[in-house]
Amino acid sequence: MNTEYLILAALVLPLLGAIGIALAHRAPNLREGVTLATAVALFVGVCQLLDPVLAGARPELVLLEPLPGLPIAFRVEPLGMLFALIASGLWIVNSVYSIGYMRGNKEKHQTRFYVCFALSIAAALAIAFAGNLLTLFLFYEVLTLITYPLVTHAGTEKAKQGGRTYLAILMGTSVLFLLPAVIYTWYVAGTTDFRPGGILPAGMETGTVMVLLALFMFGIGKAALMPFHRWLPAAMVAPTPVSALLHAVAVVKAGVFSVVKVIVYVFGLDTLAGATDWLIGIAGFTIIAASVVALHADNLKRRLAYSTVSQLSYVILAAAILAPLSVAGAALHIVAHAFGKITLFFAAGAIYTAAHKTEVSQLDGIGRRMPWTMGAFAIGALSLIGIPPLVGFVSKWYMMSGALATDRFFVAAVILASTLLNAAYFLPILHRAFFRPLSAEAAAHPHGEAPLPMVIAIVFTAAATTFAFLFTDDFLRLAQALVAGGAP
Amino acid sequence: MSIAAQLPALQVALPLLAAPLAVLLRHGGLAFAVVTAAAWAAFAVAIGLWLQVGQLEAGAAISYHIGSWAPPWGIEYRVDRLASFVLLLVSGMAAVVLPYSRASILREIPRDLHYLYYAMFALCLTGLLGITITGDAFNIFVFLEISSLSTYVLIALGRDRRALTAAFQYLIMGSIGATFIVVGIGFLYLMTGTLNLADMAVRLREVESHRPVLVALAFLTVGISLKLALFPLHQWLPNAYTYAPSAVTAFLAATATKVAVYVLIRFYYSVFGDSLVFHDLPLPQIMLWLSLMAMFGASFVAIFQNNLKRLFAYSSVGQIGYITLGLSFASVNGLTASVVHLLNHGVAKAAIFLLIGGIVARMATAANRDAVPMLRGVPADAVSPEPTFDRLAGLSKRMPLTCFGIVIAGLSLIGVPGTAGFVTKWYLIIAAMEQGQWWLVGVILLSSLLAVAYVWRFVEVAYFRAAPEGSEKNEAPLAMLIPAWLLVIATLWFGLDTSFTVGTALDAAQELVKNGR
Amino acid sequence: MSTLAGYFSYAVTIFLLVAGLFIIIARGNLIKKMVGLGIFQTSVYLLYIAPGKLVGGTAPIIAPGFHVYSNPLPHVLILTAIVVGVATLALGLALAVRIHEAYGSIEEDEILEQDNADAGSKERGG
Repeated sequence: MNTEYLILAALVLPLLGAIGIALAHRAPNLREGVTLATAVALFVGVCQLLDPVLAGARPELVLLEPLPGLPIAFRVEPLGMLFALIASGLWIVNSVYSIGYMRGNKEKHQTRFYVCFALSIAAALAIAFAGNLLTLFLFYEVLTLITYPLVTHAGTEKAKQGGRTYLAILMGTSVLFLLPAVIYTWYVAGTTDFRPGGILPAGMETGTVMVLLALFMFGIGKAALMPFHRWLPAAMVAPTPVSALLHAVAVVKAGVFSVVKVIVYVFGLDTLAGATDWLIGIAGFTIIAASVVALHADNLKRRLAYSTVSQLSYVILAAAILAPLSVAGAALHIVAHAFGKITLFFAAGAIYTAAHKTEVSQLDGIGRRMPWTMGAFAIGALSLIGIPPLVGFVSKWYMMSGALATDRFFVAAVILASTLLNAAYFLPILHRAFFRPLSAEAAAHPHGEAPLPMVIAIVFTAAATTFAFLFTDDFLRLAQALVAGGAP
Repeated sequence: MSIAAQLPALQVALPLLAAPLAVLLRHGGLAFAVVTAAAWAAFAVAIGLWLQVGQLEAGAAISYHIGSWAPPWGIEYRVDRLASFVLLLVSGMAAVVLPYSRASILREIPRDLHYLYYAMFALCLTGLLGITITGDAFNIFVFLEISSLSTYVLIALGRDRRALTAAFQYLIMGSIGATFIVVGIGFLYLMTGTLNLADMAVRLREVESHRPVLVALAFLTVGISLKLALFPLHQWLPNAYTYAPSAVTAFLAATATKVAVYVLIRFYYSVFGDSLVFHDLPLPQIMLWLSLMAMFGASFVAIFQNNLKRLFAYSSVGQIGYITLGLSFASVNGLTASVVHLLNHGVAKAAIFLLIGGIVARMATAANRDAVPMLRGVPADAVSPEPTFDRLAGLSKRMPLTCFGIVIAGLSLIGVPGTAGFVTKWYLIIAAMEQGQWWLVGVILLSSLLAVAYVWRFVEVAYFRAAPEGSEKNEAPLAMLIPAWLLVIATLWFGLDTSFTVGTALDAAQELVKNGR
Repeated sequence: MSTLAGYFSYAVTIFLLVAGLFIIIARGNLIKKMVGLGIFQTSVYLLYIAPGKLVGGTAPIIAPGFHVYSNPLPHVLILTAIVVGVATLALGLALAVRIHEAYGSIEEDEILEQDNADAGSKERGG
């Protein structure tokens, strides 16, 4: 009974926060206070759910019934718990950072920014707790629409173009592929509830399963599987806190989360046996191809964006192996990538705010002027490469173990190759920042660290990336609970 | 004699009485009060009827004998689930649009004509309710003409002189359609000797395969299709919607074509029976292709319109395609989609046109550069420019609530989950899957992307293009904003809780299919 | 012979129907269009009335010595239809008058020309 209210609170709190933010639009300090208070309250609320879920409870909440037999229902299970923890936790950090960024860059329409941000967190939590495909799909679309004003925040022609691509790909794939997949699932299974072991009727033909899987995988455009990845670089026109939201907190995480959720709870690992080879191939290709593009990108945010495309396919790849170990690794990698990538984006935003630099080639010697920022950047980069003891190592370890346990050497090769590529596009940045002398042009424009709230946020996420290894216990238990429930 | 038993008669009589009363009063304000009261009463009656029908067992209907003459000789009013659903839609729309009218026509119609506007509105409402409730074939024609003639007048009240030509064009097309319908009814009468629809259905069973029955079916289909603006018989619609007063456009878009669809369903299922219509003739195929052409052709044309009202008028033609597409499946799910889309599209489109009315009203007070010379002493400030895209730049700054409302209702046209339009799409796709027409699933989904294109055209102009210098926040009057937003919220509500819409539509569809066999 | 005579009223009906429709489509003059519409609607009157008449039948008043009556119902129906037709005609003519006041013409092509000219000048101006 109690937990039911907690779910409701988790969904309603950001909404109330959004209203509060809108009401306080005349007093920026109060407005930011509301944002932070809401974020903290939300995180505390979500944490309350952790223990019951770990203890095996699956709290449920049913709201309305848009279609007969198909309610808007929420059900907290381990994977959703994981996603909710990341989204609500990182919202706090991101809010602190946003305050520094938005004020430091004197952005316009700040109230709209915070309102949309709060609403997209609400949508992300609704996706995390979704109890059936319809609810997932509903809030998946809501998230697309509510982040659209954030992506086009600048209001320029370029922002409009980016917004068009963003909307066209995400809406297009979800309407053309995801929606028929959802309806077909309902049509053959008579339900869209997420259930351990899957809901598809036994004895479906492998061909049909493959087509349905393809519809789901390409339909979830937020997971940025090639060739539907272009929205992510296009959305780079947005302010950095929004990029962090897209890449780490909510949007792409919602994508890969949905992928894992669909694979585990709609198909079930057993049903899929033998139907995922093509997916492994495409995900592997995406990992390598996106890394190669990142290698050649000079714009820092663009390089990070392609790095995200590549990292997302890790999750898809790991889930597609269907081995319990690798699925747990996929879940963990959602966490690892979130912490690592948010650090990197925060750093990129800090560099832009303090030094107004956007290109990798301009970063010579910047590490000496912004030691905290670039130090954090180094930690984030090393984590994504997968250096122990950073959190990125743990997830890669699990994925690798899963691949080897099922004798998928192609996968192991892809992971290894991409690790090298990761190193190849991240390490030169560190080399420039710390070991190259300042360029003459940069020397003429002295600057220091970014505003304090930003630095605090960066240091915090970097620290989390470092020490998460010590606290992965809870995440690990959640990930294992997911697999335990998924493959009975 | 309790009131409850007289509800079917009251449903039509109330607005019918209000019309001459409004004329006799010769005063805009009083006429407004009378007609609005009648519309609200009619809405209350419709709710009462809906409750009564809900208590009947499936397949039964309320039968009311006018003047106590027993059918098939007397005229019978017959309310089943489908009829009560449409009655609710029509009277509900009137109840919302009328209060809006008062503020809206102040800026669009000369003051000395206001009382006539209300009288015509009441007549139009009478006709639409009458068509829906009557169980007599010739009575359908009479009510159809009542609603049509008053509609022509309402359209001609538009401030632009092109409203006159639009009304004339509609008069010609509409009269041809109505005459086709009478010819069809005439053939049915010749074959069966009765005008009562239920009686006709029974007697038709014996003469089903005779050629005059097929001729009747053909005449009725063409005539009604003209009225419901089935592609390619839709030419009257864009002009009529564009130049009619805003409140009229909203009411017509929500009800007139919808009632025509209702008549089509009524004749197909309750008179001819679906075995004749859908199995012996290639009608489903024809209707399928015409619907697809509407969904793509009209939506495509909509994308390139420069006048916002015209854009959404073409969008209406496209959306009617969804309704007829549902019909062409000839299955319970397809029919459910059609019936539920009557309401879902009606509500969303009415909301959009009401909000556009707000924009027009603000333009009327803001700029009179384009004053179109009109006769009969139109005051200068009543003449206002068209809502073309170049005048809507940066509108979100001036009218944030109006723009936001249009976007939400637009999302329903696209079929985004959480809005009413999604529910329709869901049932259409299920219906296509049932019949194994997989290509159609893709086609339906593709067509919704066209809706994204035209809705987003508005979004980009209103939100991204720079507003002209010195423009200030100038939201539409509350009297217009509140009714419009009521419908916007209804659009969202019917996307989240469909126990009323889908519940009634599904029952109605099952009833029709069962009785139609 | 008898079949031909039997179909005579139908032939006339169809002729009127097609002729009326043709006038509506082919003529650009609004008044002539209304005339066409009138003829078009008249065909329906015939369609209803003709079968109601029985050879040798009388008005349907029960009286000794008469056993064959004409059907009165079509007459009643058509009376209604005629009223509707008159109303349509009146409204159409009223609109034609208003159009003449606004455009100075009742020729369809001239009206269209004026509308196009309006749209053109608006584009040039704005």
